[in-house]
Amino acid sequence: MVADFIFYIFAIVTVVAALGVVTVRNPVHSVMLLVLTFFTTAAIFVLLGAEFLAAILVMVYMGAVAILFLFVVMMLDVDFIALRRGAVKHLPFGIVVGLLILLELVIVSLGYHEPSGEVIGIVANVSNTMAIGQEMYTRFIYPFELASLILLVAIIGAIVLTLQERSTAKRQSIEGQLARRREETVTLIKVATGEGATKP
Amino acid sequence: MNVTKYLILSAILFTIGVFGIFLNRKNVIIILMSIELILLSVNINFVSFSHHFGDVTGQIFTFFVLAVAAAEAAIGLAILVTFFRNRSTIDVEEIDTLKG
Repeated sequence: MVADFIFYIFAIVTVVAALGVVTVRNPVHSVMLLVLTFFTTAAIFVLLGAEFLAAILVMVYMGAVAILFLFVVMMLDVDFIALRRGAVKHLPFGIVVGLLILLELVIVSLGYHEPSGEVIGIVANVSNTMAIGQEMYTRFIYPFELASLILLVAIIGAIVLTLQERSTAKRQSIEGQLARRREETVTLIKVATGEGATKP
Repeated sequence: MNVTKYLILSAILFTIGVFGIFLNRKNVIIILMSIELILLSVNINFVSFSHHFGDVTGQIFTFFVLAVAAAEAAIGLAILVTFFRNRSTIDVEEIDTLKG
């Protein structure tokens, strides 16, 4: 089947790119491979009929989160070679734990049986985006609002954490402005014709 | 529709994420990327079952996972930048001021 063939191509690219993310030496390459992983996953989402999620994945993850990672990798002057030192020490343990997790997950996946009886489906003649919208703004309206709150906390938290107060920066002093009196700042001088004004 | 191949892809991605945390134990940036990989594998799982059952709820839950992952990445990288300003390193083993 063509769909199967396309799935296997994207799956292989996803796995190879994800392996690259955790193994390559240059973190910039690592971020680029992360973008590739997100992209192929978006393609797999399209195969699964979740077009809206695929679009969101491309826009939010590849457009925002991966670029955020790229900014941080490029902004920080980190000695990445030194950070790799001693990685081989943990390698056997990581391989053992990883293989165990993979084995367990695959056993569970292969043991999955299709539920007997008819599964409840959604209306088929509605587009994916519309179906998501209809559920999201009715049944899931409170979790949706909660997600917006989480994002607000993230915005404020990130700004508070990274904002630097500079002593040289010029700022508006509202209390100073409000405390000014007319008598302290304004003087009226009668200027005679032909002579200049002198400082009182 | 056979859902098993999607589950196995998701399992492999999850394992790579966990493996990445072990392999890059000092580099916080790669650890954050590994966490993104793990969350992505969870999303594949949700979407494949959503397709399998013809129910859109799994895709909606994926949205919440995406929102939390984006917030986590933003906060994590902000903490990382602040830490680098103070200590000039992002080595995880140097983050021991609290003696935890």
